[in-house]
Amino acid sequence: MLNEYFIRRVLYLIPVLIFISFMSFSLIYIAPGDPAEIMMTSPSGGYDEAAVEAFRIAHGLDQPFYIQYFNWLKNAAVGDFGYSYMSEQSVFETVLNAFKNTLKLSVLALAIALVIAIPFGVVSALKHNTIVDDACRFGALLGVSMPNFWQAYLMIIFFSVIVHWLPASGFGHGTDIRYMILPAAVLGTGAAAVMMRMIRSSMLDVMGKEYIQTARGKGLSEKIVIIRHALKNALVPVITVIGLSIGFLLNGSVVVETIFGWSGIGNLVVDSILSHDYMMVQGSVLFVAVIFLLINFFVDLVYVWANPEIRYDKTS
Amino acid sequence: MSDVLLKVSDVSVTIPTEQGTVHAVDDATFSINKREVFSLIGESGSGKSILGQAIMRLLPPNAMFSGKVELEGMEISALSEKEMQKVRGKTVASIAQNPYLAMNPGIRVGTQVAEPMQAHLGISKEDAKSRTCRALKYFDIIPPEVREREYPFQYSGGMLQRAMVAMGTAADPELIIADEPTKGVDVLKKRNIAAIFQKVASDGCAFLLITHDVGFARAMSDRIAVNYCGQIIEIAEKEPFFKEPLHPYSQALLGAVPERGMHPIPGPSPSMIEVPEGCRFHPRCPHKTDRCLTNPPVVEINGRFVRCWMYA
Repeated sequence: MLNEYFIRRVLYLIPVLIFISFMSFSLIYIAPGDPAEIMMTSPSGGYDEAAVEAFRIAHGLDQPFYIQYFNWLKNAAVGDFGYSYMSEQSVFETVLNAFKNTLKLSVLALAIALVIAIPFGVVSALKHNTIVDDACRFGALLGVSMPNFWQAYLMIIFFSVIVHWLPASGFGHGTDIRYMILPAAVLGTGAAAVMMRMIRSSMLDVMGKEYIQTARGKGLSEKIVIIRHALKNALVPVITVIGLSIGFLLNGSVVVETIFGWSGIGNLVVDSILSHDYMMVQGSVLFVAVIFLLINFFVDLVYVWANPEIRYDKTS
Repeated sequence: MSDVLLKVSDVSVTIPTEQGTVHAVDDATFSINKREVFSLIGESGSGKSILGQAIMRLLPPNAMFSGKVELEGMEISALSEKEMQKVRGKTVASIAQNPYLAMNPGIRVGTQVAEPMQAHLGISKEDAKSRTCRALKYFDIIPPEVREREYPFQYSGGMLQRAMVAMGTAADPELIIADEPTKGVDVLKKRNIAAIFQKVASDGCAFLLITHDVGFARAMSDRIAVNYCGQIIEIAEKEPFFKEPLHPYSQALLGAVPERGMHPIPGPSPSMIEVPEGCRFHPRCPHKTDRCLTNPPVVEINGRFVRCWMYA
């Protein structure tokens, strides 16, 4: 039964993806500006009419809207996402490279978020309505209410300008972890704040359950009671929030990637929209959508794993 | 060594709340012998459960405790939390009222039943597993190898109740505190619970049954203690108690059960915050006199204890 459900879930992805690709294609098509003119304009501002026309024909931009879209769809269906108007590079490879960079940042950001959110959420719940809890909640409030760009600049001012610990921005060939720390910290703390509040309230709820008292009555230490009996149950409702955060992180934060000059997928999408690079926009939007849907799908799987009642639903 | 297993002396518990201080347990003194089934009966909300939690040292964190609890001659009310953890589940175990709430929904039943063994008996995971299967089988949860891998929601109510007893008795405790085991349970299930408890009791385990179910207490117990408004007002062997209850409240309580005509006790249950002066039952007592406005003494009559001026 469960398998059937998942097959159905996968099949649902197809119309969703077609809809998303159509929307992004239409939006960029009706946006002002002509890619051929943008590409063929020389830095001095003049452009050659014949070259523009040649560019249009070469890239099929002279065709009507729906033909352009269906051509793209036809190729995309067999895995050909075309080439960038700007760089002439394969869209798929470019998107994949950008995604790898975003992935690195996201993994670090998620690790930071979880390392902050779980212990502070748990402590906040266990010491609820004490000064410790107040401090945690104040921290969480700061985390959600500080805009990313502002927090990013504050951290740059402190860690780069004042104490010179970390580079202010840059990419460091994507391998130097020092360049990743600040952007990942900005992304991670924002996500941590939301998760922490969720974990706190969920943990408070679970700690009041009778089975926690039963576990204590068995002579288990408080540490085991909290970790084995409370935390797993408390994390179940938090999985959704964590999954959403992963989705957002993986889709790249435009603001953070721009501030820190990180060549991730957020930066790529913005650049290609600004230059009307249809192929690149289509490719990256579709990629991002697939990632988001896959994460949601994965969250459902984790949910099933974490909650035995769903796992055994139809089988028992 | 004496036969006394649990000795509770002068135990009081107060719990501060926003409405005022709740006098949940006041001056409780009693003892339970080895292999004895001892019932604490009384109305809901009269502080019985708090007394059970006080013995287990699992009171709410803001509760104030005074008095002394000794188990097998050891003063457990003076132990550190760490030492107390070695007693809980090992020498004294508790069985909660509602198995659906008391079992962790996310952990396999077998794992939960095995926990007290692993915590207290120092045995390997494999040994704990085979012992768990034996325990489940002992309580008719079959086939145990399959059932131990299941989760609480896959069990029926009665089966889960038995699993909970298996869990409580997993580390062979000397005393089991069962809090309202028959609350919200129909007659058939009540009979099953009584049968399981009798099985455990016949293996030599003593019980403190906390219940408002007079019939169940009568079927199960060797001795009865009656709790009223946080105080134990009478302790007696079962037979003489049901033949001739001494305290006016005990008489009224027995008169209120269906078999004896269901005569309600006049007047409302007293507040646990502003408890009545003197004898706590005097506002509802048919025999009250002026001296009932001062605290009545605990009087011993033929091995029975009663907290009432009538016998002073």
